[in-house]
Amino acid sequence: MAYLELEGISKSYGKTKVLDGVSLQIERGEALVVFGPSGCGKTVLLRLISGVLDPDDGDIRIDGQSVVDVGPEHRGVAMAFQNFALYPHLDAFENIASPLRARRFKDEEIKRRVHEIASLLRIDHVLDHTPRELSNGQKQRTSLARSLVHGPAVLMLDDPLRNVDAKLRYEMRLELPRVLKRYESTIIYVTQDYKEAMALGDRVGVLLEGNFHQVDKPTEVYGQPRDVRIANLFGDPPINLFPVRPERSGDGSLRASIGGTSVAMPAGRSDLAGKDCLIGVRPEDVEVHFDAVDQAIRAELDAVTPFNVRTVMLLKTSDETEILSSCPEDNTLETPRGRREVWAKIDMGKALYFDRATGTRL
Amino acid sequence: MRMGRIVRGVLLTLVGLFFLFPIFWVLLMSFMTNADILRSPPSIIFHPTLSNYTALISGQLTTNVGTLKTNYMGNLLNSLILSVGSVALSLVLAIPAAYAFARFKFRFGEDMAFTLLSFRFAPPLLVLLPLLLYFQQIGLYNSYIGLIWVYQLITLPLILWIVRGYFEDISVDIEYAYRLDGHSWWKTFIRIAIPLARPGIAAAGLLAFIYAWNNFIFALVLGSSNVQPVTVGALAFVTASGIQYGQIAAALVLSILPTLALALYAQRYLVEGLSLGAVKG
Repeated sequence: MAYLELEGISKSYGKTKVLDGVSLQIERGEALVVFGPSGCGKTVLLRLISGVLDPDDGDIRIDGQSVVDVGPEHRGVAMAFQNFALYPHLDAFENIASPLRARRFKDEEIKRRVHEIASLLRIDHVLDHTPRELSNGQKQRTSLARSLVHGPAVLMLDDPLRNVDAKLRYEMRLELPRVLKRYESTIIYVTQDYKEAMALGDRVGVLLEGNFHQVDKPTEVYGQPRDVRIANLFGDPPINLFPVRPERSGDGSLRASIGGTSVAMPAGRSDLAGKDCLIGVRPEDVEVHFDAVDQAIRAELDAVTPFNVRTVMLLKTSDETEILSSCPEDNTLETPRGRREVWAKIDMGKALYFDRATGTRL
Repeated sequence: MRMGRIVRGVLLTLVGLFFLFPIFWVLLMSFMTNADILRSPPSIIFHPTLSNYTALISGQLTTNVGTLKTNYMGNLLNSLILSVGSVALSLVLAIPAAYAFARFKFRFGEDMAFTLLSFRFAPPLLVLLPLLLYFQQIGLYNSYIGLIWVYQLITLPLILWIVRGYFEDISVDIEYAYRLDGHSWWKTFIRIAIPLARPGIAAAGLLAFIYAWNNFIFALVLGSSNVQPVTVGALAFVTASGIQYGQIAAALVLSILPTLALALYAQRYLVEGLSLGAVKG
């Protein structure tokens, strides 16, 4: 039996239905990432599990026991808030010690535990500071320490890296799994950043319009998204989507026109013939060549964004179709001046196909 | 830059003088005899005397027609009992109410809050005469409890509405976080909500105290000399043989002192921005 179970959870505010019959099972010790755009109900979901809000309908069970009528202080659930929610009138030490004080730990034990987690998160030198005197990164770590210090059975992290700068976010993305592993909690991690979802989740639940559209391993969500919206949200740079209608050509093979070039469809997708569909191609499956290649789409190089190990290029074909490509950094691509004629070769074997009307994957 | 600072200093001094001069003049008057006060043109050179204060404290008002008994120190004590009592009662009632109005949506909540505020719109005279009749019938006339009850009309809505705003400004996440740490609702209210709203509570309490202290009409109508505060008691210095300006000035100085002391004490809690930096918006 799953450790944490949600069954048909609904929550409305006035006429707006925020969550509509959400069901979910999380195993003990699992890290589940709830991924979705802002306003999809992620935060409300966490608040329902924590007990500060009550669901209109449905049941929440922790370890087989329904907790719907249990107050937040008795659920054994901890949460790190997106806005940190530190107590401004208490110093960092007392902020972190708060869950231990509620459980009436002895003073020495509180001291030992607070110092232990503080040194793990490298905030032991600022424990006597009030939240006002802490930097954003330190606030974020203090809030994290407070949620971890008593080793909660269920730990919820509400987009904890949202309000910290890019460098710190990168650091924490590497550090968090190490810290979280030590405490063996069951983790629900909410984020809008697919990289965090990939890095931290055993599974990822994609929450859209009040319900989970897909709950799967991160690689599955990335590689086999259930519909076009998930494919679009999950990935940066975003997936290329080309509206096509594959047709049989003279020699019997299935071909589709992308950016004015006829491209062969992979064998075995004869079901797509004559169907209005969207071809989704991850930018890393688009190779860029500077000389004409068979089956490649002619395009102009419109913009180049060099990252450290990959270069993202925006290509434009003669019919204004835009193609994003993400290539390993390569000397031949070094700062091309002005527009250049290139050929984009799409790895059609890795392409995804979606129904143009419903968006579901074919 | 320097020029601007000088001009600002001069202007601030002028404004300060304008507002403080009457108080300064009253302070001088309290050390003058009636003859010095009434001299024309007025002068700030005089022989200071403590006679006004001794007359107040001993309760012997000596005029050219004889000696009158006053009970100004009793009035001062009454003022303290009435103001402290009514502000304390209001704080006990209004803080939980303000929290409820700030945090919970309930039926007729807004209407109730507005009704309480509307007590401040009505002119006191409108309710005073009926109140007087009722108070005489149920034995509340001329009692501290009766006056403290009526003073709630002044202090309760004021504290309720000011403190409510402060509670609303506290991020609800801070309270949620404290609940999730394992603390009960009541502890969250006592240890998080009240400390964070303390500047507001201090400001509201101080304002309510000043309003209660300065109230005149309720005590004049609903009480007789043994419960009357300084505002009513000062009338005694308008005697048959003339107005005792010196004693009035001394009485004023004495009556300012408690409010001044309270304001100085409350100042430390009035410091704003206690909750800044806790929540990133």
